[in-house]
Amino acid sequence: MVEPEFRRFDTRALHAGQYPDPATGSRAVPIHQTTSYVFDSVDQAAGLYNLETSGHIYSRISNPTVAVLEERLASLESGVGAVCTASGMAALHLAVATLLNTGDHIVASRNIYGGAFILMNHTLPRFGITTTFVDPRDPEEFAKAIKPETRLVFAETLGNPGIEVLDIDAVSDVAHAAGLPLCVDSTFSTPYLINPIEHGADIIMHSVTKFLGGHGVAIGGAIVDGGRFDWEASGKFPTLTEPYEGYHNITFTEEFGPAALSMRARAEGLKDFGACMSPANAFYLLQGVETLPLRMARHVENTKHVVELLDGHDAVEWIKHPSHPSHPDHDLAKRLYPKGSGAILSFGVKGGRQAGRKFIESVKLASHLANVGDAKTLVIHPGSTTHQQMSVEDLETAGISEDLVRVSVGLEDAEDICGDLDKALKASQR
Amino acid sequence: MFISLDGKQVHGATGAVSFEGRSDPIVVLIHGAGMDRTVWSQQTRFLAHHGFRALAVDLPDHGKSEGPVLESVPALSDWIAEISDHFGEKIHLVGHSMGALTALHAAGHHKDSVSSVSLLGVGASMPVHPELQEAADANDVKAAQLITSWGHGTKHHLGNNPTPGLSMTGGTQALIESATRGVLSVDLAACSSYEEAVVAAENIECRTLFLLGSEDKMTPRKSAQPLIDAVSAEKEVVDFSSTGHMVMIEEPDLVRQKLLAHMASS
Ligand SMILES: Cc1ncc(COP(=O)(O)O)c(C=O)c1O
Repeated sequence: MVEPEFRRFDTRALHAGQYPDPATGSRAVPIHQTTSYVFDSVDQAAGLYNLETSGHIYSRISNPTVAVLEERLASLESGVGAVCTASGMAALHLAVATLLNTGDHIVASRNIYGGAFILMNHTLPRFGITTTFVDPRDPEEFAKAIKPETRLVFAETLGNPGIEVLDIDAVSDVAHAAGLPLCVDSTFSTPYLINPIEHGADIIMHSVTKFLGGHGVAIGGAIVDGGRFDWEASGKFPTLTEPYEGYHNITFTEEFGPAALSMRARAEGLKDFGACMSPANAFYLLQGVETLPLRMARHVENTKHVVELLDGHDAVEWIKHPSHPSHPDHDLAKRLYPKGSGAILSFGVKGGRQAGRKFIESVKLASHLANVGDAKTLVIHPGSTTHQQMSVEDLETAGISEDLVRVSVGLEDAEDICGDLDKALKASQR
Repeated sequence: MFISLDGKQVHGATGAVSFEGRSDPIVVLIHGAGMDRTVWSQQTRFLAHHGFRALAVDLPDHGKSEGPVLESVPALSDWIAEISDHFGEKIHLVGHSMGALTALHAAGHHKDSVSSVSLLGVGASMPVHPELQEAADANDVKAAQLITSWGHGTKHHLGNNPTPGLSMTGGTQALIESATRGVLSVDLAACSSYEEAVVAAENIECRTLFLLGSEDKMTPRKSAQPLIDAVSAEKEVVDFSSTGHMVMIEEPDLVRQKLLAHMASS
């Protein structure tokens, strides 16, 4: 039997989007630390500006180092293209700003990153875009919340911080039945653990800051365009299917077909809002992507040990990780995430808020900070940090109790991680 | 732009430049099996702004053109000749793969319609791997994967796309996946059953350009040689190293330049 011959995932993590620089032979991706690019001629410059030809003009719109990361992420996600941004939040904003207009509406999972929740619940309404939040575990709720003015369905592949597992196939069916694209934030899963496009997602958003970058050294974001959503058949997306006066009356679906969204996001959102990724950050983040498969395998392996430690620990009230049989999505996770359902988990410390605080103050190896997906083990108490701007009511709907501690399991020796957590847990009970 | 041929709606991209009030020569770009106008996105706008009325057509039942799908290369070439009739003038033809056979046949048999012909990813015969045909018959996504895999040179599998942020292989695969069900199967059968390529090439009287990839696994470079040898009209052959079947996507800049120079001197 013949099979398609593509470079495999681990190879693409190292090579996609780049071959050695023909001018210098540089094997590593060079950092093109430049704002602009010399034109060959007036005609060539005009062609670039007019999207007749492609190439770089100005680093707010595109940059060769950033482009390598973009193409690499597009390749790892099996998408048609990607646009990198200054941060994950900028990526989410870019997706929304490219597709939605004032008066439009989003249906979103309510168990998402606190920053994304605030953007949708408080900030976007100032621009006339509103959101209905629903239980990510219930595809029916997504269906019921869809209104005539809905333009986007949004959820995290693995939710925050209860690690709710999104049934991407079911929710994308709901979205597609309504002529809407599904955008997933795959930050916690990364392309190593799941390919959301295969399951029906249309747009993938990443905080590249996290596991993709992997070392906690640079902020960055990306949207990956799946290229499978039929914008014209949907008829709800004039930014892609009608002439854009801001760019010589280009109709993006007409000229770029499957890549319409990527092209518009760059030509408009990146160009006009300007939240581009810097070449130096793209370089740092690329170093991380190169070892993504190795790191994720280890993150997941270490997580197993941490779950074992917490399971039945005297100081632990409950534990939330899809690998644990008590997790409501345990079976779904087994189906969608054969390699493991990520390295972020949460648990409740016996003794509530006070004990939680003591635990955080007693860890010696794990770092107490507001990030996830670092090579180092991180812990946080969301109620007093990432989600602190949310009312108790909103906290509750987001599934965050006051005793909740979130752990992002790092790459240290598993025995050291477990030893540290165990000691701090014991200390929390004194 | 939409035009009407035989009462059917035919769609084509014009690089967002209207044909109205222009008398520039017309170039019609013809896509390959299971694809549509957007494979020419790197050439259409450029040609539209460089002295041509460019029309990257969607063949019947592809892209936004009405069906039914045409089942043979001669039928496709008659249809292309009707476009020339529609505008009442000779047209330049640029074709890729099945579209190249179509352009070739039109240049050989509708001489009054064609001012020049450019053939990308072409061979004297286009046998289709039986398992590819089978996958296409079954509307299996594997067909798109096989074409994508064979269609791009080794180097371009990893990308380094001149269009920042886009994946060449990802784009090709998504495009073929978007084809109307059943269309790829008919197209591939049209390619493999076409046996008149060399005769058509012998008949050609207009200037002919071959743009060929050295790593083309769909129509290997050597399969183009009988066609090149058969063309007695003025001809040019451009070989692209490290390039596969999707020449206009893999080497967009050179393809633009070569097309422009070729048509300008035709
Ligand atoms: C799931 C998720 N999405 C989005 C973001 C926002 O990304 P960034 O901090 O890169 O803007 C974060 C983290 O802050 C996150 O954890």
